[in-house]
Amino acid sequence: MLAQQLVNGVLLGAVYALFALGFTLMFGVLRVINLTYGFYFSAGALLALWMARQGAPIWLALPLAALGAGCVAVVLDWVLLTRLRRIQAPELSSLMVTLGGVLALYSALTSWLGPDIRRLPPDLVAADAFHIGEVRVTAAQLLILGATTLLVAALLALMRGTRLGLAIRAMAEKPDAAQLMGIDTGRAAALVSFISGCLAGAGGVLIGLNFNAIHPYMGEAMMLRGFVVIIVGGLGDIRGALLAGLALGVIEVMTAGYVSSGLKEAVAFLILVAVLWTRPSGLFGRAVLRRA
Amino acid sequence: MLRRSLLAVAVAATLAMAPPALAQGGAPIPVGAIEILSGPNAAYGTAIRAGLELALEEVNAQGVLGRKIALTVEDSAANKDQAINAARKLIGRDKVVAIIGPTLSNEMFAVGPVANERKIPIIGTSTTAAGITEIGPYVFRTSLPESDVIPVTLARAKARGVKTVALMYANDDAFSKSGFDTMKAAAEKAGLTILAIESFGSKDTDFSAQLTKIRALKPDAVSISALVEPVSGVLLQARQLGFGKETLFVGGNGSNSPKLGEIAGTAADGLLVGSPWFVGKDDPANQAFVTRFRAKNGRDPDQFAAQAYDCMHILADAITRAGAAEPAKIRDALLETKYSGVMGPFTFTQGRDPASTEGVVVLAMQGGKFGVAPQ
Repeated sequence: MLAQQLVNGVLLGAVYALFALGFTLMFGVLRVINLTYGFYFSAGALLALWMARQGAPIWLALPLAALGAGCVAVVLDWVLLTRLRRIQAPELSSLMVTLGGVLALYSALTSWLGPDIRRLPPDLVAADAFHIGEVRVTAAQLLILGATTLLVAALLALMRGTRLGLAIRAMAEKPDAAQLMGIDTGRAAALVSFISGCLAGAGGVLIGLNFNAIHPYMGEAMMLRGFVVIIVGGLGDIRGALLAGLALGVIEVMTAGYVSSGLKEAVAFLILVAVLWTRPSGLFGRAVLRRA
Repeated sequence: MLRRSLLAVAVAATLAMAPPALAQGGAPIPVGAIEILSGPNAAYGTAIRAGLELALEEVNAQGVLGRKIALTVEDSAANKDQAINAARKLIGRDKVVAIIGPTLSNEMFAVGPVANERKIPIIGTSTTAAGITEIGPYVFRTSLPESDVIPVTLARAKARGVKTVALMYANDDAFSKSGFDTMKAAAEKAGLTILAIESFGSKDTDFSAQLTKIRALKPDAVSISALVEPVSGVLLQARQLGFGKETLFVGGNGSNSPKLGEIAGTAADGLLVGSPWFVGKDDPANQAFVTRFRAKNGRDPDQFAAQAYDCMHILADAITRAGAAEPAKIRDALLETKYSGVMGPFTFTQGRDPASTEGVVVLAMQGGKFGVAPQ
C-alpha cells in the first residue's frame, strides 16, 4: 500500500505543480496576483473538450487548447490590466480587478455552457492501467507526469538560455531599467501572459483528463492549492513550484492515507502558515526569475 | 416625492381601469423559491425549478382560490448568506405566503429559522438531512429524509451477501455528513462490520489516498454519502485503482441523479441507490408527468424535479383548502395534506416530514443508466 500511496502522492503533486507553473511565472514577472489564471485553466479544458467532441485526437487537441488559452490570457491581461500598469496602480487594485473579472467570467461561462461536469471522450487516451507489482498507474497519469517534467525543463531552458528569457528576467528584476535598456516591456509582458495562459490551458486539459471532471469552475477549485504551492515554493520560482507541488501532493496523500482523511485539506494550509512564519520568501528562499 | 406618489396614483388608476389581467381575476398569490441556479451545484436547482414551473403551469391553468400563483425563484448560489438574503427579500419585499426550497440541507439550516421566525411556511423539496423539520413549526419537507431511504438500500446490499463495508463521505456539507451518520447507524443496525471511515471535501477531485487505503482492507461494499459530482469522481478513480465487480458500491441520496451516468459512465455500473422516485415508475400520474416534462424541457426529469413538481401541487392544494392566501392558515392546511402525486401517496407526519416510505425503489446502475435493481 505504501508504494501505491507514494505514487498517488507524486501524481497529485505533479497536478499541483503543473497548475502552479504558469501562475508562479505570471506572479514572478508581472508582479500581479492575477486571479484570472484559474479561468485560463478552465478555458483550456473546455476548448480541448469541444475539439475532442469534434473528433480531434489528443495530440492535436492538447496543444491547440493550450495555444487558445494563451490567447485568452493575452486578451484578458490587456483588457484588465493595461490601464492599471500605465498608471502604476498599487498591487491591491490589480488583485481586485482580476478578482472581479474572473468572477464575471466564471458566471458568464456557466450561464453559457451550464454548470454540468463534463468528461473528455473516454477513449481519448487509452484507459489501461500499467501494473508495476502492486502499483497501478494510468496512461493519463503518466501523461501528466511527463508533461510536467517537460514543461518545467522547457521553461527553465527558455528563462536561462535565450535572449527572450534574459529580457523577461530583466523585466522581473526592474521593469523601468529593463525598458531603458531597450526591452519592449509591453511585448514581454504579453508574451509572459501568453506562456502562462498556455501552461494553464495545458494543465486544464491534462488534469481534466485525469480526474474526468471538466466544468467552468474547475480553475477556481485549483486556485487555493495553487496559492499554497507558489508561496511555499517562492513567488516566481519555477523549480520551487515543482518541488513544493510534489511535496504538497505527497504530504496530503500520506496524511489522508495514514493519519486521517479529515486532515487532508488542513495540512496544505498549515504548511502555508508555517512557511510564511519561518521563511516568508518561500521554502527555497529565493526567486529564480528575479535573482538568477 | 410628489412625483413618485403621482406615478403611484397613475399606475394604480391604470391597473384599476385595466380589465383583469388574469383570467380568473384577483392579484396573483406570491410564492417564493430559493434554489441553487449558479455555481457548481446549479444542476440541482435548475432541475427543481423545471419541476416547479411545470407544476405551476398546471396549477395556474385551474387557478387557486380563483387566482393564480406568481412564483419568484431566487438564486442562492449554494451560499448560506445569499440564501438568507433571498429569504428576507422574498418575505419582506415580495410578501410571499410560502417559500419552497432551499436546495441543500446546509442552506435550510440557515434559511429555515428566518422563515420560521416570520411565520412563513417553508417547504424543502430536496433537503434530506436529519433535524430539518426540528427547526420550527413552519418548516416542512416533502423529500423523504435519508434515514428512511438508506436502510432500504443497505438491506438490499445485505441480501446480496455483503458483510463488511467501508464508508466514505464529504465532510464539508451538512447533507453529506447527515447522510453519513444515517448510513453508519443503518449499517450498524443491519449488523454490517464497518472496516474504515474515510472523508473528503465535496470539491475534491483526488480520492486516491482514501481509496488505496480502503482497497487494502478488501470490504464487500463501499457506501458513499456525497453529492453526485464527488461520487462520480470517487467511482472513476476507484476503477483506475483497480476496484472491480467484487466490491459493491452503495450510494446515498446524492448519487440518485442521471448525472452519475453522464459523468462516471460505466465506472458507476453496479452501484445501488435507494430512491423515493424513479423515472420508469409506470403509474399513469408519473408517466403523464414524465411525458410533459420531456416535451417542455427536452430531457428526462430527475428525482429533484419530481419532488419539486409534487411539492408545488401540494402547496397549491393547501392554499385552496386554507381558503385564504395567509401563511398561518396555509401552514395548518399543509398538515392536513392528503395528496397523491408522482411520488405516490403523500401525507405529513405531525413532525412535518413525509409519512410514508412505501414509494422507495432500489435502483442499480447498468451501462451508465439507472434501472430497478434485480433482487
